[in-house]
Amino acid sequence: MLKESVNAAVTSKTTPDTRSAEWHFGDRAFRWLTLAMALVIFVLVFLIGWELEEGSRLALHQFGPRFLISSDWDPVNEKFGALPFIFGTLVSSAIALIIAVPISIATAVYLTELAPLWLRQPLIMFIELLAAVPSVILGLWGIFVMVPWLRDHLFPWLQKCFGFLPLFKGPIYGVSMLAGGIIVAIMIIPIITSVSREILRSVPGLQREAAYALGATRWEVTRIAVLSYAKKGLFGAVILGLGRALGETMAVTMVIGNSAQIVASLFAPGYTLASVIANEFNEATGNLYPSALFELGLVLLGVTVLVNVVAQLLLKTFAGPSVKPQH
Amino acid sequence: MTVPNHRWRNFKNAVVQVATFACAVLVVTPLVLVFYHLISQGFTSINWAFFTQLPKPVGEIGGGMANAIVGTFILLGQAALFGVPIGVLGGVYLSEYGSSRLNWWIRFAADVLNGVPSITWGMVVYALIVVPMHSFSALAGGIVLGMMMIPLVMRTTEEVLQLVPGGYREAALALGIAKWRTIVQIVVRTALKGIVTGVLLALARVAGETAPLLFTAFGNLGWAHKLTEPIAAMPLQVFISAISPYDDWHRQAWAGALVLLVLVLAVNISVRFLTRDRFARPS
Repeated sequence: MLKESVNAAVTSKTTPDTRSAEWHFGDRAFRWLTLAMALVIFVLVFLIGWELEEGSRLALHQFGPRFLISSDWDPVNEKFGALPFIFGTLVSSAIALIIAVPISIATAVYLTELAPLWLRQPLIMFIELLAAVPSVILGLWGIFVMVPWLRDHLFPWLQKCFGFLPLFKGPIYGVSMLAGGIIVAIMIIPIITSVSREILRSVPGLQREAAYALGATRWEVTRIAVLSYAKKGLFGAVILGLGRALGETMAVTMVIGNSAQIVASLFAPGYTLASVIANEFNEATGNLYPSALFELGLVLLGVTVLVNVVAQLLLKTFAGPSVKPQH
Repeated sequence: MTVPNHRWRNFKNAVVQVATFACAVLVVTPLVLVFYHLISQGFTSINWAFFTQLPKPVGEIGGGMANAIVGTFILLGQAALFGVPIGVLGGVYLSEYGSSRLNWWIRFAADVLNGVPSITWGMVVYALIVVPMHSFSALAGGIVLGMMMIPLVMRTTEEVLQLVPGGYREAALALGIAKWRTIVQIVVRTALKGIVTGVLLALARVAGETAPLLFTAFGNLGWAHKLTEPIAAMPLQVFISAISPYDDWHRQAWAGALVLLVLVLAVNISVRFLTRDRFARPS
């Protein structure tokens, strides 16, 4: 195939003059074309920032920085405050990280160091398939299967054992902040696992061999030679997962209860930035209401971009081209 | 010097083996459970009517998601039309041209864009297209999905092109072939399978997106006759049916979710299967 391509390309123009003209025009045109396409990325970045800023201008002007610390969400009286949603986003993401990080890193360790070779590829494929499951499908399973199970089994048990903590007091509805956190955990586990796996694989074999040579057990090799070396990259993987958790919309909306309140109980319904936008955007009347929602979007974007930038920097400075950031 | 107790160290080793294996099982469990419930709840609702009929009004049993299935394909077609040329050509630039400084910034921006919440994309296209047009539309839906595809396709194209051996380019240039021809007829041609793979995976990824469609395509309980009308899409319809209070719509939601998941997973599995030999690395 290569030979035919080369033949076709070489014999397409015969005289040196036309060939050099073609070189100059064709090469320049193609280069500019591809450059223009690549620069579309910056256009997109600009568009996102510009449209969100323009959309939220009214609310920014009206509320100023009070928006971020106010708990009022009263569309009828046109009073808007972002605090319950910021709280909801942060808490659900925190819960998700607490659940997902140990499990993901343990699984990544298992896949790269401890699993029998025949088991690795099937497991890896399974986990990558889980990453491909659309959010709304997981949300559907969440509402009709997970939430009833949580309401009837896990939550009452948690309340029985840990009910003295304010976290586990209060009525149990099923839809709750904790349910939101759990479903986000399920969504970010594949990402953290994949990236961690790449990080662990990129640890030089020499580190492991040295540890084995000194008589370490497999776990000791992993702990001493691999995990300490990979700390920075693993941290980057975790931050990447956090970035994903912050922006998660559909599955969360379906199981978190959609109630704008700030309470200590994990069993109480909550509301996240992404969920309130998803639910109320199409019903938002007037000018201030949509603008307030745009401002929520701006806050969400700002936080997510910041977290993602930190993650990308950590990952890029850890192991360069050998680590592929998963999306 | 005393050597630490072998038995204690081996015990710790064994505990960790079991614990990490348990975590791996825990990770796989949700997928298995989701599939199990999708099949048990949704399979019986998958019949000819599901694929050919529109959603019936509330209270009437039956109906289907024909408009949503067709809608998803229309949206994906537009997204591909919009996102693939820009993404692939941009990836070509990243791989074959450019200063390392500019390219670093482009890659960085693309990776950050990949992490932008999908609902934000929806709001942007809402402001950009839906508001001036004064209506939700299939066009807006296609554009938002296309925009989401661009950074994805650009990065995967670049990676695949990087895998083409430098020797091919050098040989072609040494024979006097123009650079653009080298790239188009030799490098891209060699990497075509990988590029198509990347595009298919990106399509599968945006096929499942709901949030950006909420304010662009909006959804439609009937057929969209023009691209400027709102259009139904599978993830949207699943969402609307799932949060509705009607049992029959819940049934439809399960069926729709099953079909959508099968489509998405089928693309993912077949793509991984087809590229297995070329890109498999020892674990």
